[in-house]
Amino acid sequence: MPNAKLMQGNEACTLGALAAGLDFYAGYPITPSTEIAELCAEELPKIGGKFIQMEDEIGSIAAIIGASLTGRKTMTATSGPGFSLMQENIGYAGITEVPIVIINVQRVGPSTGQPTSLAQGDVMQARWGTHGDHPVVVLAPGNVKECFELTVKAFNIAEDLRVPVIVLTDEVIGHMREKVVLPEPGSLKISKRKAPTNPAGYKPYEADLDGGVPLMAAFGQGYRYHVTGLFHDETGFPSNKSDVTDRMLRRLMRKVEKAEPQMRDYFEESAHDCEILVVAFGSSAMSSLSAVRQARAQGIKAGLFRPKTIWPFPEETLRAYAAKAKRVIVPEMNLGQIALEVERVIRNGAPVERLGKVNGELFKPEEILSVIMGGKQ
Amino acid sequence: MSDSLSYFRQNRLPHIWCPGCGHGTVTGSLVRAIARLGLDKNKVIVVSGIGCSSRAPGYLDFDTLHTAHGRALAFATGIKLSRPDLKVIVMTGDGDCTAIGGNHFIHAARRNIDITTIVMNNNIYGMTSGQYSPMTPKGMLGTTAPYGTVERSFDLANLAIAAGATYVARGTAYHAPLLIDVMEKALLNKGFSVVEAITQCPTYMGRKNKLGTAVEMLNWFKERAVNVKAAAAMSPDKLEGKFTIGELYNKSEPEFTAEYSALVEQVRRKFDTFQGGVRECAQNSD
Ligand SMILES: Cc1ncc(C[n+]2csc(CCOP(=O)(O)OP(=O)(O)O)c2C)c(N)n1
Repeated sequence: MPNAKLMQGNEACTLGALAAGLDFYAGYPITPSTEIAELCAEELPKIGGKFIQMEDEIGSIAAIIGASLTGRKTMTATSGPGFSLMQENIGYAGITEVPIVIINVQRVGPSTGQPTSLAQGDVMQARWGTHGDHPVVVLAPGNVKECFELTVKAFNIAEDLRVPVIVLTDEVIGHMREKVVLPEPGSLKISKRKAPTNPAGYKPYEADLDGGVPLMAAFGQGYRYHVTGLFHDETGFPSNKSDVTDRMLRRLMRKVEKAEPQMRDYFEESAHDCEILVVAFGSSAMSSLSAVRQARAQGIKAGLFRPKTIWPFPEETLRAYAAKAKRVIVPEMNLGQIALEVERVIRNGAPVERLGKVNGELFKPEEILSVIMGGKQ
Repeated sequence: MSDSLSYFRQNRLPHIWCPGCGHGTVTGSLVRAIARLGLDKNKVIVVSGIGCSSRAPGYLDFDTLHTAHGRALAFATGIKLSRPDLKVIVMTGDGDCTAIGGNHFIHAARRNIDITTIVMNNNIYGMTSGQYSPMTPKGMLGTTAPYGTVERSFDLANLAIAAGATYVARGTAYHAPLLIDVMEKALLNKGFSVVEAITQCPTYMGRKNKLGTAVEMLNWFKERAVNVKAAAAMSPDKLEGKFTIGELYNKSEPEFTAEYSALVEQVRRKFDTFQGGVRECAQNSD
């Protein structure tokens, strides 16, 4: 008897996190993400894990970085305003290579915006929100089941690459209820950061310059090493030598770039032979899929490409699907963010039609269908 | 002496601090307090924010974490909650602790989380070259207070006490033996402890305010500091222009991570049939 349950996206993210080994959560309440904190507060003590409600989101991300350094699998969840506050420490986790997972249940911004309404306006912030070039991975579930799966995947990537991983959901996916068949415990692939075996000669940031991932010792185990947000050499101590800086930043960026083919994740339907390609992610893709199916039913060669890894963006795959398309349509709940990436990727191909919506209401399939059918945007 | 030296990463020296800076005296005092207690190097974590003072952990032979400006206590909270068995120490500056980090400071105090916080108070932003801080006394000069600051400063010790800290003391770089004593007691307190260590910044605070050399600044501390015990018997006009040093507050109260661990035990007993997620961090299950 499979373990099937009716649940909302926020719950699925939490269960995915627990399945992946989450044992430390710090957060600050914010709509529409709060159910994640509430569920963690309830579940973590049952398994000997820890939950803390911090004084703000800056403190929340700081606390999970600290706890991750002691060997725990850690997470926080938030929405727009809180995500903005976390930015400085996302960069800190990136440069110090501390695995953490952040769930951002997007709502309408900027500012307090519309707390209970849908938007997908944090695409660029998730990639470039903190200052400086930095490594980050962003995953976007398209339904409740994927909230579970991609949160597991987020932890695995965080552990394997020692990077901050962001799960970018939205108000609709977070609160929508669907039946999810949970995988058997033990059937999932669960990663754990690679640790050194001996403190003697341990160099905390020694790794192959071609995107290597250093071994990570937990604090309190006798390694006695230094972690800093300053540029540092293999020993972990600060260095302002220009060659050290250059090498380090290139390695950090290369880690993610090199792992892109293995991380790449997407969904497509009827994209192989399509003339009209719809590119959408998250909740916009639900309406898009329905529109594509209706178009096909009317004999129109439409297809959907839905990236699940949105940073790094699955360029190669999109390029292949877009090769034969005459039109590319990008519906998203913002005024053109993922569309910028689509335009960049297929720059010599079909024209890209941006279909932005920012009134807080999910696309109706007919709105997208009418564009597919050549109606006015 | 050799005992305390063994707690330093001697290959990281010399330090970056200016000649005459008091941060080294405070760091040395902390290390001596740790040496007196004979703490296990492998079980001490030192966390700092950003500033001259926050560079101290880099010279100490523990697991050390140099974080973001103002956030040391929030990182330390994650570490301590995760591993209550570790001794967690925060080294922070007056700006780091009371300006950008003020919120984390009062909340760490409110929780009474077992973290020992050493505030290296030089009354100025040293690292960024001498701007006024929330601890700069009214009327004194900083590069952003060219006519003297009109802002009032914090009474850090009373702030800590009001917010819930259970051990609070003050010392100065002149009174190093006292600093070692209060740091030792702060480390022993099972709860949130604050030691305000007043230090001289001859380069910025001193030069800007014509306070003289490091030695003259230390003499200034010597002349104006009154031990709390002596102060208790002094009249208000005798205390005019003075400040108190020594142990200002010491009270035993329930500690946050211990309370949380007790709660976890309670919940686990109730839900011992829970078939939860994959568990791999057995070493951290406390
Ligand atoms: C978010 C952020 N804001 C500002 C700075 C710049 N900054 C670095 S250190 C510092 C002040 C440090 O003063 P204090 O904490 O008193 O320590 P001191 O250097 O005097 O020891 C400032 C403002 C920063 N690094 N990060």
